[in-house]
Amino acid sequence: MKPILSCSAAKFVYNSFTAADDITFELHGGEYLAILGENGSGKSTLMKGVLGLLKPASGKISYSGIKPQEIGYLPQQTVVQKDFPATVWEITLSGCQNRLGFPPFYSGAAKNRALDSLKYMQAEDLKSKPFRNLSGGQQQRVLLARALCAADKLLMLDEPAAGLDPVMTERLYALLSELNSQRGMAILMISHDPESAVRYSGKILHLSRNGHFFGTKDEYCSTPLYKRFGGSNA
Amino acid sequence: MLEILGELFSHNFIIRALLVGILISLCTALLGVSLVLKRYSMIGAGLSHVGFGAMAIALAFNFAPLKLSIPVVLISAFFLLRISENSRIKSDAAIALISSSSLAAGVMVIYRSTGINTDVCNYMFGTILTTSKSDVYISVISAITVLAVYIIFYNKIFAVTFDETFAKAAGSNAGFYNMLIALLTALVIVVGMRLMGAMLISSLIIFPALTAMRIFSSFRGVVICAAVTSVFSFFIGIAVSFASETPAGASIVAVNLAVFILFYILGLSLRRTRWAN
Repeated sequence: MKPILSCSAAKFVYNSFTAADDITFELHGGEYLAILGENGSGKSTLMKGVLGLLKPASGKISYSGIKPQEIGYLPQQTVVQKDFPATVWEITLSGCQNRLGFPPFYSGAAKNRALDSLKYMQAEDLKSKPFRNLSGGQQQRVLLARALCAADKLLMLDEPAAGLDPVMTERLYALLSELNSQRGMAILMISHDPESAVRYSGKILHLSRNGHFFGTKDEYCSTPLYKRFGGSNA
Repeated sequence: MLEILGELFSHNFIIRALLVGILISLCTALLGVSLVLKRYSMIGAGLSHVGFGAMAIALAFNFAPLKLSIPVVLISAFFLLRISENSRIKSDAAIALISSSSLAAGVMVIYRSTGINTDVCNYMFGTILTTSKSDVYISVISAITVLAVYIIFYNKIFAVTFDETFAKAAGSNAGFYNMLIALLTALVIVVGMRLMGAMLISSLIIFPALTAMRIFSSFRGVVICAAVTSVFSFFIGIAVSFASETPAGASIVAVNLAVFILFYILGLSLRRTRWAN
């Protein structure tokens, strides 16, 4: 079967600085891939490239059976969002913006989809609540619902557990696993935490200046990269 | 109060000023919500100073002020936004540079030509007098354009304001909508400058949004409340200006400030009661 996303020898240059070089990986439908690596190894840059926000300086990124706009994306939260006046519903509905035509008004179908996404994230009761009053975990669930509005096949997450306490983090990972196994949603996730990456994902892409690793998690666990990066428990 | 209102409506020039002012306050309030939330408030202040420079030059050379300053300020809006988006330049400093330079240029031209006369003073601090018929036409057309564009693209504007990265990933042209907001702001600022004064027009952008955010926590609520408080403050401000013979712009800003303080206290006590329950 053809991979839905393939990236071959991609290189990204940012302000004349090479942020990531020679990255090769594939993602098939329904797979769960975690991207690991130290700060500054180019994880976020790679994700922006895959989303079509940055053009690779060389190499190739290609899709099969899916368009970049049909990826559900959970970016890192910005300062602006912390005190932004918007309800959960307004934010969730904005996940359907990739389906807007002209004039850009949301259809009944879009509203149903947004409501389904909220229900799936068990956040329906938050619908009319102000986003800025929610806890960190609730906010991530709402942003995940927004991402689900945009996507049927592929979700991309940039450190979704950042700023969450351990209980919330576990709950978020459980939700992602459920999406992956029950809905067959492919997941591409940047993570800071190699242990949970190994626990939940099927494949690992580890970016490092001394050569990248791409393979199954079992292969990854036997590499020196994991032993060094994974810390004491490895 | 009724007497003042009755007298207010008996003059043609005041009715013209009211019509233009209400439309302008409505537009600045809508655009202001996005500008304040995106941390672009300074663009409004910068543009009004550029507008003043352009006005001064137009006056010195006997051009129609609006016809010269509209294109100049539109072009500046384009560059100011580019500067703000470029992370290599400290954007607040760059905007301050541009705005004080255009102010300096304006002041130099004025001293070499007409001197500080009432006309110049009016452009700096605003007046309800002498809104000419052609000004009214240009203002009304501009304001209706801004309102229509804002309503049509409301959902996109929300999406781009809340999360630019997500919007881009979903295929929305965030750069286009940022530019649209900046250009509409430029248009409204130039058109409103005569009434509000170049030094004070940026308050119309910032105050209503901040005021509305004290109480409302949905985007739609903030937009509607900003529009309502903006028009209300404008109206009361004009009445104060007329009754106490103070400049229009300053009176309107004073009323805006009063409404802001009121909403601030109201917001605090609302939050207290919510916690208490």
